[in-house]
Amino acid sequence: MTGAVDLPIWAAVPVALLLLVGAALTLIGSIGLLRLRSFYERVHAPTLGSSLGVGCVLLASMLFFSVLQTRLVVHEVLIGLFVVATTPVTLMLLARAALYRDRQEGSDQVPRRQER
Amino acid sequence: MRRLLPYPFVSAALFLLWLLLNESVAPGTALVGAVLALLGGWSFALLEPGTARVRRLGTALRLLGLVLADVVRSNIDVARIILGPHRVHRSGFIEIPLTLRNPQGLAALACILTATPGSAWVEYDSGEGMLLLHVLDLADEAAWVRTVKDRYEAPLMEIFP
Repeated sequence: MTGAVDLPIWAAVPVALLLLVGAALTLIGSIGLLRLRSFYERVHAPTLGSSLGVGCVLLASMLFFSVLQTRLVVHEVLIGLFVVATTPVTLMLLARAALYRDRQEGSDQVPRRQER
Repeated sequence: MRRLLPYPFVSAALFLLWLLLNESVAPGTALVGAVLALLGGWSFALLEPGTARVRRLGTALRLLGLVLADVVRSNIDVARIILGPHRVHRSGFIEIPLTLRNPQGLAALACILTATPGSAWVEYDSGEGMLLLHVLDLADEAAWVRTVKDRYEAPLMEIFP
C-alpha cells in the first residue's frame, strides 16, 4: 500500500540514516555478547539495541509513515514505552539468578550478601 | 465516581492506548476503548497497588530530557568499549546506599538505570536501602555514585515524595 519510491528526498535521508544507526547499534550490541568476558558484562550489551537502537528505528518508522500518509503517526511511541518498561524485569531476573548461583558456588567474583 | 473510576489515570492511559493502537477516534473504537478502560481500572484496583502521587511535572520533564541525553551518551560509550581493544576497561559491582524508598520511584530508577547501557540494576536490599549495581566501565567509582544519587535519585525523590 505504501511505496518507498514516493518518499521525498528530504525525508528519505533522515529515515535511512536513523535506520542505519539503529541497526548498527543493535548489531554492536550483539557483537558485545560475543566479545565481552563475564556474564555480568554481557548483560549490558543488548541494552544498546533496546534503548537507542529501538529508538532510532521507531523514529525512522514514525517519520516514514507520517510523511507518506501526510498525517502524524505516533503509535510507535507505545512500542518504545513497552520496551523501556519491560526490559528491567528480564534484566533483573537474569542478573539476580546469576548472582544467586554465583553466591551458592561461593564465587569470590561477586559481592557477598550483607550480614544483618 | 471513585467506584466507577478507582484509578482515573490508569483508565485514561488505557483509553488513549486503545485509540492510539487503532489510530482512530470512531465511535465504535471509542466505545470499546471506554469499556476496556473501565475494566482495566477495576482489575488494577483488585491488585491494590497503592496510589502514586506524581508531583512537580517540570522536574519530571527535566529528568526525562536528562535521561534521554544520558541514553545517547552511554550508548556511544558502550559501543566504543565493545568495539575497542580487549581488556582496557574494568567492570565491577558498586554498592550505592539509596534514600529513596517510594516503590514507584524505585521502579522509575530501575527503568532509568536499565535503559542507559553500561549500568545494570542487580539487587536491591529494601531493609537497608542498598542498591547493588553492575557497571561496565568502573573507571571512577565515586562518579557513578554521584551520577545515581544526584542526577537521578534527587529529582525522583522530588517527583515521588
